[in-house]
Amino acid sequence: MPVKILYFAWVREKTGKAEEILDVPANVRTVAELVSWLKGRGPEYAEAFARSDVIRAAVDRRHVKPSADLSGAREIAFFPPVTGG
Amino acid sequence: MAVRIEREDFDIGAEVRRLTAGRTDIGAIVTFSGTVRAGSRGDAIRAMTLEHYPGMTEAELARVEAEAGRRWPLQASLIVHRIGTLKPGDNIVLVVTASAHRQAAFAAAEFLMDYLKTRAPFWKKEEGADGQAHWVEARECDEEAAGRWQEASGGAGEPALG
Repeated sequence: MPVKILYFAWVREKTGKAEEILDVPANVRTVAELVSWLKGRGPEYAEAFARSDVIRAAVDRRHVKPSADLSGAREIAFFPPVTGG
Repeated sequence: MAVRIEREDFDIGAEVRRLTAGRTDIGAIVTFSGTVRAGSRGDAIRAMTLEHYPGMTEAELARVEAEAGRRWPLQASLIVHRIGTLKPGDNIVLVVTASAHRQAAFAAAEFLMDYLKTRAPFWKKEEGADGQAHWVEARECDEEAAGRWQEASGGAGEPALG
């Protein structure tokens, strides 16, 4: 399924891109599984997701847990803990 | 109820006047504004750049504002957050809450800021006096501050990836 993936702050700097459309395999069903799959795409992804315990995710613009189901997801974002305000 | 993300500076007086113009049902207005500190962790900073997630930021702030409206009897509220490059002393964020009585306005303003800090997708990058830039790290105490408002069913901050 083609999904838009976005990266912010240092996750964006490490992957070297702000967003991309990826054809995610059907066996990648959760956010945690997507992180594992992305890590295998190249050294820049492995580096970006090395501290996966601190990286947060959003599916269709809502904060989600690693166990969140990806079925029907159109936009998935990865970013460090937020620091606004 | 309104949310704005913008590069331009805001005028607190003008925002309050606009929010309350023609209203006679408001007895209490609380404003909070956050500004750029010159030094954090003892290092002088030259500039701060705020990045955000267009689309989600507005959606998340609208959800937080709606939640405040559900918990307290608010007549009006406003959240303005700046993005782009800011200098020490510049305004970053403005929260205004208006209610018939002060307790609701005070509590709702504090709630909005605590939730904004832990949920709104903004990221700060500081540039030091030496020209070195680094991403600001989230603070544990912000998570704890948001946690105070947690109801039995709901979660406060963003869930970790684990």
